[in-house]
Amino acid sequence: MSEREKFGEVLSHAVPLAVDNIDTDQIIPARFLRVTHKDGLAEVVFSDWRKDPDFVLNRPTSAGAKILVAGDNFGCGSSREHAPWALVAWGFRVVVSTRFADIFRNNALKNGLLPVQVEAKVVQKMLAAIADDPTTVFEVDLQRQVLVMPTGEPVRFPIDAFSKKCLLEGVDELGYLLGHEAAIAAFEARRGEAQPAGASG
Amino acid sequence: MSEAVAGAAPRTLLDKIWDAHVVVTEPGCPSVLYVDLHLVHEVTSPQAFSGLRARGIGVRRPDRTLATMDHITPTRGGLATLDAESMKMVAALERGAAEFGIPLYRLGERGNGIVHVMGPELGATRPGMTIVCGDSHTSTHGAFGALAFGIGTSEVEHVLATQCLLQRKPKAFEVRVDGRLAPGVSGKDLILAVIAKLGIGGGTGSVFEFRGEAISALSMEARMTVCNMSIEAGARAGLIAPDAKTWEFLRGRPLAPKGEEFEAMVAAGSDLKSDEGATFEGGSIVLDGWTIAPMITWGTNPGMGMAIDASVPDPATMADPGAKAMAEKALKYMGFEGGQPLLGKAIDVVFIGSCTNSRLSDLQAAADIVRGKKVADGVRMLVVPGSVNIKREAEALGLDRIFMDAGAEWRDAGCSMCIAMNGDLVPPGQLAVSTSNRNFEGRQGPGSRTLLASPATAAASAVRGAVADPREVA
Ligand code: SF4
Repeated sequence: MSEREKFGEVLSHAVPLAVDNIDTDQIIPARFLRVTHKDGLAEVVFSDWRKDPDFVLNRPTSAGAKILVAGDNFGCGSSREHAPWALVAWGFRVVVSTRFADIFRNNALKNGLLPVQVEAKVVQKMLAAIADDPTTVFEVDLQRQVLVMPTGEPVRFPIDAFSKKCLLEGVDELGYLLGHEAAIAAFEARRGEAQPAGASG
Repeated sequence: MSEAVAGAAPRTLLDKIWDAHVVVTEPGCPSVLYVDLHLVHEVTSPQAFSGLRARGIGVRRPDRTLATMDHITPTRGGLATLDAESMKMVAALERGAAEFGIPLYRLGERGNGIVHVMGPELGATRPGMTIVCGDSHTSTHGAFGALAFGIGTSEVEHVLATQCLLQRKPKAFEVRVDGRLAPGVSGKDLILAVIAKLGIGGGTGSVFEFRGEAISALSMEARMTVCNMSIEAGARAGLIAPDAKTWEFLRGRPLAPKGEEFEAMVAAGSDLKSDEGATFEGGSIVLDGWTIAPMITWGTNPGMGMAIDASVPDPATMADPGAKAMAEKALKYMGFEGGQPLLGKAIDVVFIGSCTNSRLSDLQAAADIVRGKKVADGVRMLVVPGSVNIKREAEALGLDRIFMDAGAEWRDAGCSMCIAMNGDLVPPGQLAVSTSNRNFEGRQGPGSRTLLASPATAAASAVRGAVADPREVA
């Protein structure tokens, strides 16, 4: 795939999952990583937690939601990119948290899943609004870098310019890297193999 | 290696390795960072190989790439015992390696093992390198003064295609451990103490540099254990400046440079340390090695750790509502009460293995405790060496006999019960003392409950049939 899908505005109700430190083993347990493709992962997202019939993703109100509101330090643990694949397969386009683990953030951005980092009080407000009415709609506008609360209050979130451009324009990161072929070759030539050499010594 | 320039700002070890690997940084973009060594395994690579094929491109530097099979491979009976699903993954790696010319260490072959055990063992991991792998515990290789971190499958594809990654520079974070470790206290206890102090998100955005007397005193194997779990505090990587022990470890390894080339590497490596006065932008903590006790975890993340003779924290006494909710959830899952001690708590399983603690010295520490004793009735003990070579070395020393005479199972190399996707797992509800690195809900199998500890603590607990202090069993 050389052209990625572009990230539009997201207008959706949200799934509340106010648990801190949700690790990628919870998002997708290891036994479901035995796949050589990316299909079928929607069924196994949060597989172990979904065994509880009352788990939030099992509630009818969660159907069709594109936003996940999570606790602090979302996506810690294993580097498995299957975690964002599974979240996207389920239908999520945005995860809101007070902090994201580094590898998860990188993996999410490469898969059209936007990590929206906000202060704890914003998460609290969102959770309260959802508790009040699970159909409450939030808007996420990547172009303006704002999360719009149901009151109309805009909350700005950070994203680096490059990732934003990649998401908005569907820029393909590997294409960008391949575009630097000459610089990479020059770097290799400049360094020679006198530097710590690679696997073949 | 760059010479220190008079008047130039002092740099951290991270700065030096980073600067030496930036190919180009365009305004407003992350840096294009060159990767010296790319390690590949069967779980996070199949989709990357498919991506290359879809674009019709190859692997830029197969000579800077090494592949192993470790995650889904069985630790008994070989590949013949694999189900169709797992066999497909192994076949995908075989096909990718053959098609793109990547050296592959097949199951059971000399050199094969857990990816983070294999790299250093072969001498492929070397100071000053950048090393990546589709696996978060790539931080292990930082024990050699290499900048080593885990990446996702899309990035695996990027590195295969270009030998480069798009990266933003992380912040250096100093973790200094003064003094010495007390007898009976290991590198595993040290890193569990660091994670308990910082919490599992405390290192987010950072690379830890471990320094201080207690770190210098650690063996290379213990340093690997320490760097391995940097990710469990949220840091991308751990770093330890190379010293005489580092070079001695590498000398004569199959893929390490030989003769003059080796000496040139040592000479160039003398600059691989943080300059006096360099700033650690990410932060800094100092621990006193003497005060660290054998550690054990009580909850469902690696930051929920305590001294082995302490009591489980009581959520009722926690002021912070987030921490309190986390602790309550964890204790409910673990079946523990706030305020209870864990010493003497009956256990079901002991697992000695994983990229954290499956090297020869780990197996020796466990064997020293088990020797001449029996694994308690009702306890299953599994000992899984980290590589084919370690297995052979251990057998040459008779460690396999010590474990089997005690009633433990001696297995083939692999990730085994650390990740429970290869047939080895902790059954639902059972309590395991494990030398691995993650105690997340279900990590060792659906419903499994995990206490993380050192090999000595795990072995002592196997013998007692209950959580035990290794200082009292040895
Ligand atoms: S031993 Fe465990 S942590 Fe290490 S590479 Fe294997 S699965 Fe990952």
